[in-house]
Amino acid sequence: MAVVFEKTKGLTDKPTHYCPGCTHGIIHRLVAESLEELGLLDKAVGVAPVGCSVFAYDYFSCDMQEAAHGRAPACATGIKRVHPDSAVFTYQGDGDLASIGTAEIVHAAMRGEKITTIFVNNAIYGMTGGQMAPTTLVGQKATTAPLGRDADHAGMPIRMSEMLATIPKAVFIERVSVHDVPNIIKAKKAIKKAFEIQMKGLGFTMVEVLSTCPTNWGKTPIEALKWLKENMIPYYPIQNFRTPEEVK
Amino acid sequence: MTHQIIMAGFGGQGVMSMGKILAEAGLKEGKNVSWLPSYGPEMRGGTANCSVIISDEPIGAPTVTEATTAIVMNRPSLDKFEKDVLPGGHLLINSSLIDRKATRDDINVYYIPANEIADELGTGKIANMVMLGAFIKVTNAAKEDTIMEYIAEVFSGKNADIIPLNKEALKRGADCIK
Amino acid sequence: MAKELWKGNEAIAEAAIKAGCRFFFGYPITPQNEIPEYMSLRLPQVGGCFLQAESEVAAINMVYGAAGAGARVMTSSSSPGISLKQEGITYIAGAELPCVIVNIVRGGPGLGGIQPAQSDYFQATKGGGHGDYHLVVLAPDSIQEAVNLVQEAFDIADQYRNPVMILGDGMIGQMMEPVEFTEVKRRQLPEKTWATTGLRGRKEHNIINSLFIDPAACEQHNLKIFEKYAQIEKNEIKVEEYNLEGAEIVFAAYGTVARIVKNAIKALEKDGIKAGLIRPITLWPFPKANFLKAAEMPSVKAFLSVEMSMGQMVEDVELSVKGKKPVYFYGRTGGMVPTPKAIVEEAKKILGGAK
Repeated sequence: MAVVFEKTKGLTDKPTHYCPGCTHGIIHRLVAESLEELGLLDKAVGVAPVGCSVFAYDYFSCDMQEAAHGRAPACATGIKRVHPDSAVFTYQGDGDLASIGTAEIVHAAMRGEKITTIFVNNAIYGMTGGQMAPTTLVGQKATTAPLGRDADHAGMPIRMSEMLATIPKAVFIERVSVHDVPNIIKAKKAIKKAFEIQMKGLGFTMVEVLSTCPTNWGKTPIEALKWLKENMIPYYPIQNFRTPEEVK
Repeated sequence: MTHQIIMAGFGGQGVMSMGKILAEAGLKEGKNVSWLPSYGPEMRGGTANCSVIISDEPIGAPTVTEATTAIVMNRPSLDKFEKDVLPGGHLLINSSLIDRKATRDDINVYYIPANEIADELGTGKIANMVMLGAFIKVTNAAKEDTIMEYIAEVFSGKNADIIPLNKEALKRGADCIK
Repeated sequence: MAKELWKGNEAIAEAAIKAGCRFFFGYPITPQNEIPEYMSLRLPQVGGCFLQAESEVAAINMVYGAAGAGARVMTSSSSPGISLKQEGITYIAGAELPCVIVNIVRGGPGLGGIQPAQSDYFQATKGGGHGDYHLVVLAPDSIQEAVNLVQEAFDIADQYRNPVMILGDGMIGQMMEPVEFTEVKRRQLPEKTWATTGLRGRKEHNIINSLFIDPAACEQHNLKIFEKYAQIEKNEIKVEEYNLEGAEIVFAAYGTVARIVKNAIKALEKDGIKAGLIRPITLWPFPKANFLKAAEMPSVKAFLSVEMSMGQMVEDVELSVKGKKPVYFYGRTGGMVPTPKAIVEEAKKILGGAK
């Protein structure tokens, strides 16, 4: 019998703890498939964050470290400097990367650390139960913004890709989404490209992935995908911000 | 014998390097030595000082609170450290920059116009070596030859031409001690 | 090799390199700046990597990553910077990673001052960050001892998979003393089969982690770490006993203060008072037994802990002495250094006046 589909070797058999309809599972698979297809699984080291993907170290089959909240880029820096030939990635949420870990991500980008950051932006704190994130949209309700985010009080949601794209050694920055199949395919391409650029040693690479949180958004999975498309993409446009000349 | 020396002056007067040269010379002569600087903002213009100990015995505290000798390069240093010299100890005063006399009569006081001598030698920067020359003449804490041996090591190569100048400065300082 | 005059901070850095340390992550803070400065020059010469991090927080997490990747790695800082590193330090202890952390202590609390202090004793010996854990804490009293202890620190860290702290005061960092870089005896160390090097043919993936969401598993992890600590307490205590025979008063002091106390002991001897010193070299594990033994000596009337703090180690001395003899404290703080004279006076006051 012909094999028509096989789960990537980049993931373990451990069932994930993610909520039904959460897109973390898709993003895990895209990262794992990219590593496998590029032949990097044997020399990959991933860094899991604090947040919903805190247990990512159990799901990826490569070597993994679990970092303190927001510190994954610093941790990845240590790993990459010790093993420069390895493929190092961080997998971080919006609270981790865009709030508590802003210094670490900016400076890893500034140094041009040859790592790949997968930045999962779902505009909410998932793990802790739906508090406001730096990326929560204006008017979007959260447990710490019960009336919706008020821009006068809490400021405007932060656009990390746009910000990091101003840094010279952040050579590849792209925002993608996983709310439908064509976008998932594009997301995979971007992630794969980021790892390729890392292995060429060109500099810091990041793929921001717009993601859903049906549980904390209070929506069904299908409603959540629709909400992402209609609300997040207008504020967080899907586009490539930086690609190095060498791979254009 | 244990020499417990305080050296003090403005930042830039070469107080730290004077202490270091002495400690290096002491080490070369097989003595136990320690060099402890004051550190921090005063390095950038205020009063700097260091404590140097040269001893035949193992050194206990590296701090010098009771000095066998104090070398003061400026007025604030005299004001601060005159009281810390042990009775019978030595106080070497840079009379070029210090307009007052010592007030104590239970210590040996020497006035050395270090900056004037240094200027005569062509550079004010060498005033510290003039004071060091006077100091070793008074205390025999280290030999002039040992100091010159160390100076020669430091200034070998393209800076070798300033070695004789240092030697002259040590000599002129020593000549101030009758 | 002949003795050379070395500045403490630079000697500590060179000792680390001699011990095989090839990675250093740090952030500037007085009075330890010569350590990162020296490393930035020397590490590339030996094929290593120095990186100035954006903060102490980032630096310690780079240490976490590098240690987890199997490297010999060090960071250094001074008190306020060490406070910032505490998050990373507890993760390192929790994930059982070996590394060396140097704290060249300055006055506190808050921004405090930049002059020598010992007021980080509690922070260093009682954990420092959250959770149940210990660092091995080594407190040198001279540059030579610092050089030897730094080299041994890397072996201790690797042997037990635990962070080791070198606790020196500003004087240890800033002073110069003759040093001989003698060959320090190296321990037989286990292979770092747990390191995240990339699989490189290995079947099971390695995970560096301090998260145990199941309380039973978290307790088991703590028990395992504490079994290790019991071994460290059994094997690694270092202490100097000085002049204890017939002593009426026994000083407790560590680091440079112990040297000042030795001057005081000589001065007391001239006045006919016999005084001794117990100098803990490992502050954790603490040499409790040495203090208890001294407390049981008939000649000993009292203990006096002398510190550059408001009284921190004195609590461990009291716990060790178990109420058998009175324990007193004398300290200067904020960057002030005790003088031998003041220590002599304090001892005489305790013993009931001069003889």
